[in-house]
Amino acid sequence: MTLNLDSKVPEGPMADKWSNYIAEQKLVNPANKRKFKIIVVGTGLAGASAAATFGELGYQVESFTFHDSPRRAHSIAAQGGINAAKNYPGDGDSVHRLFYDTVKGGDFRSREANVHRLAEVSVNIIDQMVAQGVPFAREYGGLLDNRSFGGAQVSRTFYARGQTGQQLLLGAYQQLSRQIGLGNVKLWNRIEMVDVVNIDGRCAGIVTRDLMTGEVRSHAAHAVVLATGGYGNAFFLSTNAMACNVTAAWRAHRRGAGFANPSYTQIHPTCIPQADEFQSKLTLMSESLRNDGRIWVPKDPDETRAAKDVPEDERDYYLERIYPSFGNLAPRDVSSRAAKRAVDAGQGVGPLKNGVYLDFAEAINRLGLDTVWERYSNLFEMYERITGEDPRETPMRIYPASHYTMGGLWVDYELQTTIPGLFAAGEANFSDHGANRLGASALMQGLSDGYFVLPYTIAPYLSDLLNKPIPDENHEAFTAAEQEARDRYQGYLDIGGTKSPDHFHRELGKIIWDYCGMGRNQVGLEKALAEIPALHEEFKTDLRVTGDGASMNQTLEKAARVDDFFELGMLMCKDALVREESCGGHFREEYQTDDGEAVRNDDEFAHVTAWEWSGDPSNPIENREPLEYEVVKFATRSYK
Amino acid sequence: MSHTLTNISLKIWRQDGPDGQGRFETHQIPEISDEASFLEMLDILNERLIEENKEAIVFDHDCREGICGTCSLMIDGQAHGPQKGTATCQLHMRTFSSGDEIVIEPWRATAFPIIKDLMVDRSPFDRIVEAGGFITAPTGGAPDANLIPIPKPVSDSAMDNAACIGCGACVAACPNGAASLFTSAKLTHLNVLPQGQSERFKRAESMVETMEEYFGSCTNHGECSSACPKEISIDAIAVMNTDYRKSKLKNRKSLSRK
Repeated sequence: MTLNLDSKVPEGPMADKWSNYIAEQKLVNPANKRKFKIIVVGTGLAGASAAATFGELGYQVESFTFHDSPRRAHSIAAQGGINAAKNYPGDGDSVHRLFYDTVKGGDFRSREANVHRLAEVSVNIIDQMVAQGVPFAREYGGLLDNRSFGGAQVSRTFYARGQTGQQLLLGAYQQLSRQIGLGNVKLWNRIEMVDVVNIDGRCAGIVTRDLMTGEVRSHAAHAVVLATGGYGNAFFLSTNAMACNVTAAWRAHRRGAGFANPSYTQIHPTCIPQADEFQSKLTLMSESLRNDGRIWVPKDPDETRAAKDVPEDERDYYLERIYPSFGNLAPRDVSSRAAKRAVDAGQGVGPLKNGVYLDFAEAINRLGLDTVWERYSNLFEMYERITGEDPRETPMRIYPASHYTMGGLWVDYELQTTIPGLFAAGEANFSDHGANRLGASALMQGLSDGYFVLPYTIAPYLSDLLNKPIPDENHEAFTAAEQEARDRYQGYLDIGGTKSPDHFHRELGKIIWDYCGMGRNQVGLEKALAEIPALHEEFKTDLRVTGDGASMNQTLEKAARVDDFFELGMLMCKDALVREESCGGHFREEYQTDDGEAVRNDDEFAHVTAWEWSGDPSNPIENREPLEYEVVKFATRSYK
Repeated sequence: MSHTLTNISLKIWRQDGPDGQGRFETHQIPEISDEASFLEMLDILNERLIEENKEAIVFDHDCREGICGTCSLMIDGQAHGPQKGTATCQLHMRTFSSGDEIVIEPWRATAFPIIKDLMVDRSPFDRIVEAGGFITAPTGGAPDANLIPIPKPVSDSAMDNAACIGCGACVAACPNGAASLFTSAKLTHLNVLPQGQSERFKRAESMVETMEEYFGSCTNHGECSSACPKEISIDAIAVMNTDYRKSKLKNRKSLSRK
């Protein structure tokens, strides 16, 4: 164990830690800010908001995206909403309650101080976004509307139709664009980060590849922020966008950044089930639908009638039956496993019997079609476009799918990784959601990190570097990393095998989904740890990438990303194997009660596992950060 | 229930690079399920091309949920294909029939030069937003979110226009290659909100004039709105034109007040 996992949590009572930190942190004088250069990789909620705010503060900022425009980042696809402890509806919400719910929802595997800070700044986020013109839903009186959302007993979720992520991302994108227009931020689009470079134990910059020309080059800076999203596409089929990948985080990991809790992956309960073998991705249906939709399966596994012809007493509304107090709003991990149990028991619905019903008939009777349509029309239309079925007539069919990853680069309270000068924000880091993320919390965390945390926490690091020049891009560490990257990409072109990157990605995804998906056990994980390296060997010898390395080549881009998913996949399985308990999204079948509920082991596993790269992907080095709970006491999560 | 379409023939634009000579290539799809999305059909074709040791067709795509705006394609001469209010990534093969010949081209607009095959450069859109498509609200110090009530119809109208995904279909569909719908959707979103009033006319002036550096002029054909996957109303263009005209007077007035 050689990583330094000092969490740097400030002193003082939980509710005062963040204000104490702000009061006591070292600052960079406004005239000195322009001497510092910061690189931000990624332009999703966390990356765009961080880059915009750094630009406003006066730093020299360079922002990188592999998309054509910063506005494409996958934050845009979040549908449901964003939590904030505003307590506008007066239903008993508070910063403490949001904090408590998030720690409990994370199954006591997150860092308390980080979560408290998240809950504190949640209120600023809403103010900020409204000031920027985000058109959140409103009441007729003109005030903001709130709704309750997956797993919460208060209405604290702000939303913009079913497109909250889009509106928030566009808000952050517009702030970033303003800074680009003013010349405070330089934008690099269609440029992919392919390596991190360290000099004298500090992060000195990155190596990038221009997707349009294949040019590999270095960019030096005083500090680098990775806001590069999660790794849910390791499963191949997921609700992530096609280009989402782990490469930036993984390359940082290979250069010394600890990778924390990779086995904590969230399987979202409400996605459209896979229709066929060739399917390229799965589509999420916002779980806000669970506010009004009722989930059920036929009691009889051999049921053949259409949904509306199945009489009430022959339906199993299993969430309402097992979890009467939360019912259809039971948290994501709990709902997903319940759906899996129903489908595994043969009660699945649809042509492949791989889904469960989400039925709006009762809501339409109760509220009228107009109200239901106003709330969910864009989701209903999206469902119909994909499946050809109208949810007003027939219930939706849904099934869990990989959606979000709680694990990520280990960061301390300042969001700094184990490489000094390298920071990680948003889904790319691990700190706030523990083993399970609550609904409408991802947008909150991305914006919190970018707008309200990093702009403060990066300053102490930079203040130590005052008047030190930007590292030299001709330093041998940069030229060596560039050469490595050129060789790596040329290497994929030179293999000259027979199978496409997608072929390998699909096969890899199947292994990870089968053995490290919704249910995991020792035998399966060991099997996966044998199968993944074997498939990886095949990848290295039988990959075929057509085209060249000097013009736009999506096959080549994909090859490099899949290569990194292989190594990450091994780490996910290894992490799942050593965590001999069930918590949140990590369900070890050996550790469950008689009725299938997760059994957590706080005596032995109340820690973060931060993995260290050893040079051999199948033999990573385990490091641990113990988790201590000062305020929220360990309790079994029960939603019954 | 799913059906299989047979004998689809694809006529696809291939172009090696920005300066390359383009050409049509024809590919046969002997069988495809009607559950497949249009882009999944291209994925399958690309896998086959790689198998045949040929270069895969380059096309932009990402979320495949119709929200990121990355996908494009002129399908049989229509931006995003035949289904109304639907981006290419949400188009499914059930919209087509066995034996169809489908012509696939990149966005056609001078302002969007081709990068390769079906991929184009839409960065002029970013330049328009950088010129004024924002509300100046630096981080920190924002007043309470409920301080200014916004009537629901106003907020709804802002949202209708903010729904734009920046895909560029409006430009591709326009006989003049104008970007009026894109620009006016962003302008209308921000200009109807109380928060957007301080910069309203400055925004109108700078966004419109930046737009004109890159794009053709609007002559109210309305093709943009019918091609828009988010069905943004052409009314936005009227709002933009009104605000732009006013801006010439208002901006001068506010200058003289200095």
